[in-house]
Amino acid sequence: MTPLLSVRNLRKSYGALKVTDDVSLDVASGELHAIIGPNGAGKTTLIHQLSGSLPSDSGTVHLAGEDVTDLPMVARVRRGLARSFQITSILDGFSVLENVALAVQARSGSSFRFFRPAASETALNAEAMDALGRVGLADRAARRAGSLSHGEKRQLELAVALATKARLLLLDEPLAGTGPEESAILVGLMRELKSTHTLVLIEHDMDAVFALADRMSVLVYGRVIASGAPSVVRSDPAVRAAYLGEEEAA
Amino acid sequence: MSTLVARMAAAPPRRRAVFPGAALAGLVLAALAALPVAAEAAGLPFLVVTATRMMIFGLAALSLDLVLGYGAMVSFGHAAFIGLGAYAVGILDAHGIRDLAVQAPVAAGACALFALVTGAISLRTRGVYFIMITLAFGQMAYFFMVSLAAYGGDDGLPLSGRSTLFGMRLIEGDPALFYCVLAVLTAALLVLRRVVASRFGRVLRGSRDNAVRMQAIGFSPLPYRLTAYVIAGAIAGLAGVLLANQAEFVSPAYMSWQRSGELIVMVVLGGMGTLVGPVVGAAALIALEEVLAHYSDHWRLGLGLMLVAVVLLSRGGLAGLAAKIGRRA
Repeated sequence: MTPLLSVRNLRKSYGALKVTDDVSLDVASGELHAIIGPNGAGKTTLIHQLSGSLPSDSGTVHLAGEDVTDLPMVARVRRGLARSFQITSILDGFSVLENVALAVQARSGSSFRFFRPAASETALNAEAMDALGRVGLADRAARRAGSLSHGEKRQLELAVALATKARLLLLDEPLAGTGPEESAILVGLMRELKSTHTLVLIEHDMDAVFALADRMSVLVYGRVIASGAPSVVRSDPAVRAAYLGEEEAA
Repeated sequence: MSTLVARMAAAPPRRRAVFPGAALAGLVLAALAALPVAAEAAGLPFLVVTATRMMIFGLAALSLDLVLGYGAMVSFGHAAFIGLGAYAVGILDAHGIRDLAVQAPVAAGACALFALVTGAISLRTRGVYFIMITLAFGQMAYFFMVSLAAYGGDDGLPLSGRSTLFGMRLIEGDPALFYCVLAVLTAALLVLRRVVASRFGRVLRGSRDNAVRMQAIGFSPLPYRLTAYVIAGAIAGLAGVLLANQAEFVSPAYMSWQRSGELIVMVVLGGMGTLVGPVVGAAALIALEEVLAHYSDHWRLGLGLMLVAVVLLSRGGLAGLAAKIGRRA
């Protein structure tokens, strides 16, 4: 079976600095694939390349067998590849519901409609409420998004990604900046998302990664130095030296 | 959950505070409708002329608000559309076509086309570059008209008279023109109010707030911004049609870059992204001009001070100030 996401020999350099150095990886449908690595390993650059917001120097990205290497972000989203952001990126001035309804709107019908008030489109609102319900924000729907707590904003990011009905979600450090309680909620959410979505998770929180990942790749200086099941990666000597060792020492 | 959805749907839009209730709107409309009669009775007929001018520029400022307030596109060439609309009337008039049924669609169409072409180029840039490139296109239109000797060039072009509507001389008198402008402005306000709340308006507002987020959920902002730019251009063109009729004269001065700057001042003074605010801003600016110019030749100094005060006191302009007061009351 073709993997849902297939990356081959992806490269990106800034001058002499190889930020992404010959990265190849496969993500099978239904799995949660974690990408870990020390700071500056090139994880976020890789997410940008996968999502299409940054062009690659060379290499290919295939989504469900289709070559999407040269497609811009908008086109990849329409093919079912959505991302969340490391730095919370929601529309603060919109209501929580509207943030999600906008993502529903993007894939249901034309948005060149000029007269009917969008806020009263019950079909959009109902789907948006479903997504909010899944991340546990249903009771916040009418609030202004900017007034949410940091953890709730991260939940809203997930709801927006869900509402795109993507087959593959790229989650860029969804736990960034959250406290232990908020983390626990989000980890629970991602476990739930795993049952319905294929996920690529970039995360610093090792406990979360080992609790969630089916498979993982370790990125160091832009190269994948190990890839496989968490138990295999954990005992890989190169990984211990490059990364986990540092964690334990720290 | 379905009740919750219903409640969301029924919840008032966020900007309701800025948009006064239907009762207040009706009151303002009634007061305006009575103005020509009252002004006549009080022996102050010039008030009708001034109020008409306020509403014409209110219409232009309203259209700029769609671009500036809802799209975050600081267009510094918006007066070009007023000028093109006015010249559509002037040039057609010179060839004996004096009916609004032809003039208005030609003006709106020409402006929409100009907006489509210049917008498609300008919108490749953002921020300061967008300001510069719209300014450049505005100046190109200005100098084109200055050099158009066949239609008066620098001296402008007098009309043979006010336009007719379906052959009838309906806006011959100042009160009649006043009502015509009031009707157009009211219609534009109602239409744009729906547009900004529509699917299209929501995408436009979302792109204003966070374009990267919009791309990440599958919207490319450009077509929406360009459409807003074209709509705004066409409406400003209609303002030009009305302006030409009021003055019975068309001049390149309508489209100078200072005019574009004044339109931005009207929008900011009234409150960006509120629709009704820029209309009030236009009225306030023209009123200040009239009053201050009465006292001193250096009235622009006083105007500048007031502008600084309004911007500092309330980021939302006059509309924001009104909403603040409304909440406190």
